[in-house]
Amino acid sequence: MATVELKGVRKVYGGGVEAVKGVDISIADKSLCVLVGPSGCGKSTLLRMIAGLETITHGTASIDGRVVNEVGPAERDIAMVFQNYALYPHMKVYDNMAYGLRNRGMKKDEIDARVKRAAETLELSALLDRRPRELSGGQRQRVAMGRAIVRNPKVFLFDEPLSNLDAKLRGQMRVEIKNLQRALEVTSVYVTHDQLEAMTLADQLVVMNGGLVEQIGKPLDIYEKPASTFVASFIGAPPMNLLGTVTGGKGAPLTVADLSDLGLSVPPGTTTVGIRPEDIEQGDHAGEGLKTRLTVEAVEPVGAESFLHGTANTHRLVVRVPGRSIAEPGAVLPIFAPRAKLHFFDANGKRVEG
Amino acid sequence: MSPRVTFPNKLLPYLLVAPQLAITLVFFYWPASQAIYQSTLREDPFGLDSAFVGIDNFRRVLADPNYVNSIQVTVIFSIATAVLAMAVAMFLAVMADKVVRGKGFYRTLMIWPYAVAPAIAGMLWLFMFNPSMGTFAYMLRSAGIYWDPLLNGPQAMFLVIVAAAWKQISYNFLFFVAGLQAIPKTLVEAAAIDGAGETKRFWTIIFPLLAPTTFFLLVINTTYAFFDTFGIIHAVTGGGPGKATETLVYKVYNDGFVNLILGESAAQSVILMVIVIALTAIQFRYVEKKVHYG
Ligand SMILES: Nc1ncnc2c1ncn2[C@@H]1O[C@H](COP(=O)(O)OP(=O)(O)OP(=O)(O)O)[C@@H](O)[C@H]1O
Ligand SMILES: [Mg+2]
Repeated sequence: MATVELKGVRKVYGGGVEAVKGVDISIADKSLCVLVGPSGCGKSTLLRMIAGLETITHGTASIDGRVVNEVGPAERDIAMVFQNYALYPHMKVYDNMAYGLRNRGMKKDEIDARVKRAAETLELSALLDRRPRELSGGQRQRVAMGRAIVRNPKVFLFDEPLSNLDAKLRGQMRVEIKNLQRALEVTSVYVTHDQLEAMTLADQLVVMNGGLVEQIGKPLDIYEKPASTFVASFIGAPPMNLLGTVTGGKGAPLTVADLSDLGLSVPPGTTTVGIRPEDIEQGDHAGEGLKTRLTVEAVEPVGAESFLHGTANTHRLVVRVPGRSIAEPGAVLPIFAPRAKLHFFDANGKRVEG
Repeated sequence: MSPRVTFPNKLLPYLLVAPQLAITLVFFYWPASQAIYQSTLREDPFGLDSAFVGIDNFRRVLADPNYVNSIQVTVIFSIATAVLAMAVAMFLAVMADKVVRGKGFYRTLMIWPYAVAPAIAGMLWLFMFNPSMGTFAYMLRSAGIYWDPLLNGPQAMFLVIVAAAWKQISYNFLFFVAGLQAIPKTLVEAAAIDGAGETKRFWTIIFPLLAPTTFFLLVINTTYAFFDTFGIIHAVTGGGPGKATETLVYKVYNDGFVNLILGESAAQSVILMVIVIALTAIQFRYVEKKVHYG
């Protein structure tokens, strides 16, 4: 029903903090765009600018082709789900959902029908007469969702809607939000710092860092081809192993000696080599790739898989092995990563193809 | 619940509360019992002798049309003072909440009137509205209003209400500011997205959420208007003109210390005491429990 377009958007807060430093994002109709990034990178600020809760210092935000910089939040036809839900504590669940409709002067029976329908969708029908304080966290979350969907807005905005829930409920709600968004076909922007949520929900994933966009793309494309060491270490758990350094990275810079030690030839300009923990195989393999020996320091069994933490030629590495690992701390294992699975980054942390 | 502090020594707790108890005994229980005792006596015209008359003093007081007038005066005065003081304070607090720069400065300025003694507050307003030399009186007269609170009862009432309310505004302001700060900003933002304009947001979100503060202040302000405004009334109108501003407390003073009708004055103070106890009970019952959202 709507596209969202950000062009050169910047935000400078009073006091000179530049929270967003020039962001261009274009979100397709009916798609779910996830903004992900570490704390303080400006995700909420960006979302609040789309909502109209913060002014836009530079650049433009458009919804459905209309520039909305000067349009108030009520007239943007958006609905927002807040991290703390922001339910009106003095109103019953029903009134919480009906409030926005009443303010828009909708007829009583139309309001009633819409609230009932939303309540049914979200399994809230039995709770309509309760006040927010009489609900569990998960139920409150649903009411917040309900308040968003009754309005039938052009755009949904979510600011870490699941971060107050326990892990199990979070997984459940994640699937529900995805299904709901698919069913309603409402363009959505979803902020999170949980990379699992980001990967599973997004049609379009935007990785942010320090007020800038690091990479935009489909989740798996980003996973497979991270544009920078930041994205490489942010997307994926446990994060990608980065051998060598760029500014801000860990460990010593890769030297020519290192690289020959590792048995690798790398594209020119490479200072950092990245390997996903699951791309490392055990044993001696033929073919071009990273070949070295891992001294195991710790083993983390998590059930379906195990993580081996260790060092290879002074570089710290994490290796993911399926099932239980038979390796004990202190063991020295030969490991191999095929060259096709390696990622190369230059001194600025940018991806180098080769 | 915090764990209870227990003292190994049996005597120590009593010693610790002793100063507080002593003060309460000397300044409350003793005068209160004296008042109750006095209220059952009647003195002869020369104050030489007194006789026990039971509840006769109470009968006389309640049958006295002046007393009924005084009740009316008190009710009007208290409600008007409380409502005025709270409405103005709430308005100022809501405005101050929007100020971004120099918030602390505004707040400090707003709090100062609270430090002014009641009698001085009264004098201030008396001067400003003095028919012969007051600035505001002059302005009112040039606006065509015949202003003379020394002769006109309603005008005198208006003056004491304004003076009494003015002093209480700072106190209310402080509580409203705190109350407003306790309302999560996201609620207001959610309401803005839900299409409520500023006025609508105030009446449907902020005002209801301030209810606990408002109710607490209502009790406090009513109590203030009932009992703590003696100084202002004394300074501004002295209860006049013609008992138009004679509140219950002022009447106790007038009857007891000016007219020396000790028995009836004591009976009036006992009635006042009952009212205080009732108000306090309401405060404890409702402020603590009723008007809270979780
Ligand atoms: N009202 C404000 N005034 C000044 N600076 C602010 C304000 N709000 C946020 N900031 C700053 O802007 C930057 C981005 O904040 P923002 O809330 O957008 O981060 P975020 O990515 O949502 O982080 P989180 O994941 O912790 O919610 C931070 O450095 C923050 O301190
Ligand atoms: Mg945030």
